[in-house]
Amino acid sequence: MMSDAQKRAIRVDLQMIAEMIEPGSRLLDVGCGDGALLDYLIHEKQVDGRGIEISSEGVNACVSAGLSVIQGDADQDLDDYPDQAFDFVVLGQTLQATREPHNVLSNLVRIGKHAVVSFPNFGYWRVRMGLLLGGRMPQTKTLTYNWYDTPNIHFCTIKDFVALCCDLSIQIERGFALDDRGRARPIGETGMRFANLRGEQAVFLLRQS
Amino acid sequence: MIHSYGAYFTQSLPIFAIFVKNSPDLTHAQTEIEPVMNDQTSGQNGVEATQTVTDRDAGKRVTLGQDEPLRLDCGVELSDFTIAYESYGELNANKNNAILVCHALSGDQFVSGINPITGKPGWWELVIGPGKIIDTERFFVICPNILGGCMGTTGPKEINPETGQPWGLDFPMITVSDMVRAQALLLDHLGIDQLFSAIGGSMGGMQVLEWAAAYPKRVFSAIPIATAPHHSAQNIAFHEVGRQAIMADPDWRGGDYLNQDCRPHRGLAIARMIAHITYLSEPALQNKFGRRLQDRDAISFGFDADFQVESYLRHQGSTFVDRFDANSYLYITRAMDYFDIAERHGSGVLAEGFRDVGTRFCVISFTSDWLYQTAESRAIVKALNAVAANVSFAEIESDKGHDAFLLEEPEFWKVLSGFIEGAAERYGLNSQ
Repeated sequence: MMSDAQKRAIRVDLQMIAEMIEPGSRLLDVGCGDGALLDYLIHEKQVDGRGIEISSEGVNACVSAGLSVIQGDADQDLDDYPDQAFDFVVLGQTLQATREPHNVLSNLVRIGKHAVVSFPNFGYWRVRMGLLLGGRMPQTKTLTYNWYDTPNIHFCTIKDFVALCCDLSIQIERGFALDDRGRARPIGETGMRFANLRGEQAVFLLRQS
Repeated sequence: MIHSYGAYFTQSLPIFAIFVKNSPDLTHAQTEIEPVMNDQTSGQNGVEATQTVTDRDAGKRVTLGQDEPLRLDCGVELSDFTIAYESYGELNANKNNAILVCHALSGDQFVSGINPITGKPGWWELVIGPGKIIDTERFFVICPNILGGCMGTTGPKEINPETGQPWGLDFPMITVSDMVRAQALLLDHLGIDQLFSAIGGSMGGMQVLEWAAAYPKRVFSAIPIATAPHHSAQNIAFHEVGRQAIMADPDWRGGDYLNQDCRPHRGLAIARMIAHITYLSEPALQNKFGRRLQDRDAISFGFDADFQVESYLRHQGSTFVDRFDANSYLYITRAMDYFDIAERHGSGVLAEGFRDVGTRFCVISFTSDWLYQTAESRAIVKALNAVAANVSFAEIESDKGHDAFLLEEPEFWKVLSGFIEGAAERYGLNSQ
């Protein structure tokens, strides 16, 4: 049997997200999957947490585990929520699978006082090399799908993401690039190029400006 | 077979002694009527002593509305009415382990164990009982027969105290809100301020929604299953066909059949047959019956029940009439048709009906339910999200149609059990 702590061991990017969440806050996890992060935050950070998940298996697993999760998707269902309903809205590794990432981002910072977004960085050097040298659509640890069966339809690089936030007047409070060993480095103005190369994935804390 | 084919028997009426006593623990001075057998059980009161029973005497009764009448939505005041209910398990010292089960159109108060009237398992025996998902060793489960019903609660077949005759169509029109207000009086009587949970499917789900909207502080968690925020045109249409079938039966006698010693069995049976189709699904019917013939090798070139599905429906109709009152059927279907939570609590906007409701919701629908479709449940969820309410929502894959919530559905049970566990944890029930 696993201990509670082991059961709640979460992915490195989720750990990064969790660190940005204030204890006891009201939180919505969009694309919460099997509820690992939500469960972790509820028990470790005492958040009042809710989730949205697109797959019925995910939803049923979450609700069966006592989590408040609804079946829905980021493109359609975020419109329903009122402004600033949550302290934090989390979108973990889901942005690239949405139909309209710009609308989703706008909704995140509208619904939440803060939004935490993580995504695979398409500017990561292995991705670039895969395409440049291999001539095939890249597959990495975080991008495991084939081009034909991937749910990921809107890839972006860290640079692209920052530019979009700028266009949408979304304020970046903090940003981190995670390398392939899960080490996080803050993304500064000057370190952008480096982060965009070294970061396998990125985690951003955002809010409406 | 989808259901067991046993008939529901109304047993011959033994002689009962009914006595009225003042309940010592009442905040309002109400009287409780307890059925007592006059044979074999002398010295014992209440349901535990009941052996051979009829619908008039099974379960528990309480008379309410004596101090302050229940003002119905139609304007009529019910000053003295009976709620028949059944309870399972024990109310704990903190009085915070109560679960209210709201039954559907043709349901009754006997959710668990053996139904004392039919001798068959209670209608939610699969879910409720000792050690089950709703564990009666842990929770105090209450299920009242709805106002307007025909299992002991005041309804059209009961005696109108003013005339000494059955109410019939003189019974005032009731609504789902009226049913819930009557249930709230029952909880007052039982000394329960807040329910740990209110749960129900179909019309039971409507009552659950009404509970949350009307008494948000009294419901910690709400589980509306296979239900809708209002009746659709299709729902109303099916009900209207059922009502017309009853009223077209010459034995209905303008609703006065009880005084004229007859029963509109044919009309009620047809209403039940129609309704029963809507509770199933096309694949369920196809899988169970297909075009298979009933006790014959070839079609009869007549209007006998050649097909198994016909025989099944006829059986459903004919057994229903033994246990259900036709006028009750009219009244309850009407109450469902009138149900519209947005109109009642939100000035037409569903979300407004749930504003500032702190209740934890778990909304559940089934893929093959075409009577109360997933879209209806989604509308509820959408409204709850709009006011940032705490809501879980799962659509369960099932081919069993609307009735899926009553049947064996492991995925549904898993979700239900998980939600209840999670809610109990947050309610502090687990640490008690």
